[in-house]
Amino acid sequence: MIHTDIIIIGAGPVGLFTVFEAGLVKLKCHLVDSLGKPGGQLTEIYPKKPIYDIPGFPTVMAGELVDNLMKQIAPFKPGFTLGERAEKLEKTEDKLYKLTTSKGTEICAPVVAIAGGLGCFEPRKPPIENIEVYEDKGVDYIIRDPEKYRGKKVLVAGGGDSALDWSIILADIADEVALVHRRTSFRGALDSVEKVMDLAKSGKIHLITNAQAVGLTGNGILKEIIIEEDGKENYTYRADHFIPLFGLSPKLGPMAEWGLDIKDNAFIVDTVDYSTNLPGIYAIGDINTYPGKLKLILCGFHEGTLMVQSAFKYIHPDQKLSFKYTTVAGVNGFD
Amino acid sequence: MENNLIKVTVIDREGKSHTLDAPTDMSMNMMEVCKSYELPVEGLCGGMALCASCHMYVLSDHELSVPSEDEENMLDQAFFVKENSRLGCQIKITDDINGLVVELAQV
Repeated sequence: MIHTDIIIIGAGPVGLFTVFEAGLVKLKCHLVDSLGKPGGQLTEIYPKKPIYDIPGFPTVMAGELVDNLMKQIAPFKPGFTLGERAEKLEKTEDKLYKLTTSKGTEICAPVVAIAGGLGCFEPRKPPIENIEVYEDKGVDYIIRDPEKYRGKKVLVAGGGDSALDWSIILADIADEVALVHRRTSFRGALDSVEKVMDLAKSGKIHLITNAQAVGLTGNGILKEIIIEEDGKENYTYRADHFIPLFGLSPKLGPMAEWGLDIKDNAFIVDTVDYSTNLPGIYAIGDINTYPGKLKLILCGFHEGTLMVQSAFKYIHPDQKLSFKYTTVAGVNGFD
Repeated sequence: MENNLIKVTVIDREGKSHTLDAPTDMSMNMMEVCKSYELPVEGLCGGMALCASCHMYVLSDHELSVPSEDEENMLDQAFFVKENSRLGCQIKITDDINGLVVELAQV
């Protein structure tokens, strides 16, 4: 069990900066994120895009902003649990919150700050009617161990980097690899595209283009995928595994079940301190909503800053909090 | 166009038609127009052609700008894509598209 002062759910820019503001009032933080790296959307969606509205930075690359935030919070030694989704939140007997992640990690703290952005990123599921029936029975959205597919017949769907890269890797492992894609051209890294084309020529990857998977059949275990290809009648393709790789999309997920007031996929907060309807739980950044809300990194920084002042009073109701400027007091990190 | 306004029509997922006034002088796009009228368009990524949550079909025969590589790439990850699929965030509100008719794609 990990103990801290503030559990921050979401290691995006707002969650990261909150560690700094919390550190200034001597509160320790532990961050949890379903993604494997800190930075949230900035790392996952647009690391190479410039941002122009961070005060003092006429332009900054999203990835660079994350790197800088990591440097800025380093003195406050935050804990990180990455690649694990915040799953369950319970109140303990001593009035703390206990958060359990998808991998069973337990973290305990008096305060929880949800800085979850758009929610947790989950694989996009193609709209095939019975796809859920075959999940883990032939359908995989994530490849954890390529060895699983040794000697099997595999159909990969998608046209992006991960579909290309995995097709290349699986071509050496699986008995048969097919790649189905909506168009004839592929995006993704040029050398990956070339490699796939070469493997297709040598017959190691069976390319099915201008086509998509529209149905699955089998008797509890996947046997065939129904393919809709331009200019042809629908036909079936025999495979042991169907691996649709269409990127990730954000979902509120388990947090929606924690008893917090929600409006339009966001948590309703009081703008005095960004507290939710549950005492000790705050929501900051893109995941909250209030009249006049703007989903800006800039606003999230402000919200995290004010939230921390309220969290301090909540944790230490008898102590006086005197606000100090960093220019006067400096940044006194934790040992 | 009076007051820099054009008309665009959006057919929602229930088949209901909404004819909207859209300003041409505010650098807006179809995703933003839909959101400002509280039509069910998410626009998660904020208009960077990075999420496909503003996927729509163009029903009228307006000549729109050719989709960028980014937009094509994103449409590859969307579902229910058709010949006339576009991302609303990449359709700029200009005088040229006065009378545009679009239908929101399923999500």
